[in-house]
Amino acid sequence: MSHRKYFWLLSILMVAALLLTACPAPAQPAAPAEQPQEEAAPAEEAAPAEEAAPAAEAEAEPITIEYWQYNFGARVDAMNQLIEKFEAENPGIKVVHNADIPYAEFRDKIAASVPAGVGPDVATLFYGWQAAWIDAGYLVPLPEDEFPPEETLAQFSPMVQASFFEGKLWTLPTAVRTLALFYNKDLMEAAGLDPESPPQTLDELADMAVKCTQKDADGNFEVEGFVVDLAAQDHHWFREVLVRQFGGVPFSDDYTQVLWNGPEGKEAWRYLLSFKTELDTGDRDLFDGSTNAFLANKVCFHVDGSFRLGTIAKNAPDMNFGVVELPTRNGIKSTFGSYWTHGITKKAAADPARMEAAVKFLKFITSPEAGALWVKIVGELPAQLEAGSDPELLADPKLGAFARGLEYAHATFFVDESQQRQALIDAYDAVVLAGEEPDTALDIAAETVQELLDEFWASR
Amino acid sequence: MNLTLKQRQIVWAYIFMLVPLLFFIIIRWYPTLQAFNVSFRDWNVFEGAGPWIGLDNYREIWKDLLKPRSAVRAAFWNTIRYVLYGVPSQLILGLGIALLLNHIRRFSGFFRAAYFVPYVTSAVAVAFVWNWLYQPQTGLLNQLLTFLGLPNQPFTKSPSQALQSITAVAVWQSLGFTVIIFLAGLQQIPEVYYEAARIDGANSWQLFWKVTLPLLNPVIVYLAVLSTISFLRLFALVQNMSPQGTGGPLKSTTTVVLEVYREGFSSYNMGYAGALTVILFFIILLITVIQLRLFTRRYEY
Repeated sequence: MSHRKYFWLLSILMVAALLLTACPAPAQPAAPAEQPQEEAAPAEEAAPAEEAAPAAEAEAEPITIEYWQYNFGARVDAMNQLIEKFEAENPGIKVVHNADIPYAEFRDKIAASVPAGVGPDVATLFYGWQAAWIDAGYLVPLPEDEFPPEETLAQFSPMVQASFFEGKLWTLPTAVRTLALFYNKDLMEAAGLDPESPPQTLDELADMAVKCTQKDADGNFEVEGFVVDLAAQDHHWFREVLVRQFGGVPFSDDYTQVLWNGPEGKEAWRYLLSFKTELDTGDRDLFDGSTNAFLANKVCFHVDGSFRLGTIAKNAPDMNFGVVELPTRNGIKSTFGSYWTHGITKKAAADPARMEAAVKFLKFITSPEAGALWVKIVGELPAQLEAGSDPELLADPKLGAFARGLEYAHATFFVDESQQRQALIDAYDAVVLAGEEPDTALDIAAETVQELLDEFWASR
Repeated sequence: MNLTLKQRQIVWAYIFMLVPLLFFIIIRWYPTLQAFNVSFRDWNVFEGAGPWIGLDNYREIWKDLLKPRSAVRAAFWNTIRYVLYGVPSQLILGLGIALLLNHIRRFSGFFRAAYFVPYVTSAVAVAFVWNWLYQPQTGLLNQLLTFLGLPNQPFTKSPSQALQSITAVAVWQSLGFTVIIFLAGLQQIPEVYYEAARIDGANSWQLFWKVTLPLLNPVIVYLAVLSTISFLRLFALVQNMSPQGTGGPLKSTTTVVLEVYREGFSSYNMGYAGALTVILFFIILLITVIQLRLFTRRYEY
């Protein structure tokens, strides 16, 4: 071989080998994705089969449907109990529960499995992913005779409207979450505030946050009053709560126009930024973000979801904290609601018998009874108002504040949640780290999101 | 079939080689070719193979490159900066340390091991440790600065320091490998050359420039190519050291490979991600070829 040819061959081989070692080449995940499913299926299939055997009697071969969710201890427990009950009531149906997928990989695994023709008949997805999944033709709408839209809407918390898309209902949740204000009673007391009267309004929140902030002689934070952290829940708090409380609306009714950068939105934005730029009550970059800082007893007030109660119970069981409804402004109450929702896939719809089983299963796991069981194990609020307005739940010192939010909660329709969040994080960074004008930064973010919306709606 | 012993051995050798070869073809080469295929299609992960759209994905990348605030534009620009900062630092530091290690006899094994450990440590673990060192206010580096009476630094939290901070970690991580290869190169240089030069009256500075460096040329080329490629495909450190793995703050640390990942697995635009991969492939190929041409000397000493 001539020197030149050898040289080229060598370079190509070297580059290719090195590049591909680390590069997540698009087609690669298809292979590993099947693994957990294959591993999980036989193991889990075996267990319920034994229990169901006596009940099955001499029926025809049972229909097996597959259900997927990401791995989160309490959710897996709760779903296992629901499946057990469901199988006892429906001896002809077996449900294979695949929950071996870590959260971070859940979307990748679904994405990689479905094109390969394997995967779930019923899957749990974040409601914010729904548009992308529908757009991909992955979900099928819920049959209207089984889930009449009007009736369903009346039964569920209003935020479940986000499950409707182009006039059709696509998914339904077992449970939902809302945002509320967490407050650290010990830190409030140490700062001379009454721990039994947490802030009721936005002005009180700003006042108390300033009073609660403690710094050492070098100007380092010892206690942060309130930390603006858009990567946590504050981007939701801004869009669905602050913007509305300052008199605006976040989007046009049909979600084709970004409106959160209108004059009211800008006022809300300046209120939010003031905690960092004027009041100096905290810094998101300390203690690993606002949530961890709150868990570490470093933050007085923190906007977070009901799902955080479980984290606190597990990681900071001794923390002396309380939860109230989000502070109001001019008497306007609002909160952001979000939920993990269950949809039926194309795979189930391909076979009428499986579809029927999937519909039965979906009805069962979205019933008020399922919601009541879920709240006990997972700590998420029942999605059905009937179970959500349970007086015992409303009186709960921690969950009560979230449950009261159910009737005024708004869920945002997201085209791409992570990019829509990133736009606001970038706006904050532009102001705080790069000295951009707050109004300009918000307009740039709105422009970015508007482009996402335009692109999405143009493709419909 | 009548085969001689020798022939049979050869057949068996091929059979054994077939297994890793098949593995390589299926796991490495097939996906590579597939990436080319994907890059010409409107490929959404959910739907599988989409329609053939020719160069549309490439056109879209070109359009994004022209947009002032686009992530792809930032990614290409940052990747160039990673290479420009990282490769020279890694080579100069690696050579310096190798020269020192080449002189010491005591504990030389220990030092080599100490420099090599980061190289065999998972990038994710490295990133976590360095995140902790870089923490504002509570991190070790900032506590050191406070102790010395110097102002605290934001490191990875600031758009003006984040890229350099991550580059430093990348250099630190692969320094051990560079050092070991340089050491091997240094020990290949026959002692007689140094003796001859010394007899001719060369001082140690001249020894380094006239003997050591020219004779290390093949090693330098090899390391320059390798470290350029590794900086061009920087991913794990950025994914784990930037806020939420987004290549921030304000896209100041994002890389081409990170954008491939985000486009493919967060926004589901496989076609676009595939096209980015293909572009990166050709960039790396081109740079490697240029480097090999420019720096490989055709004569032997």
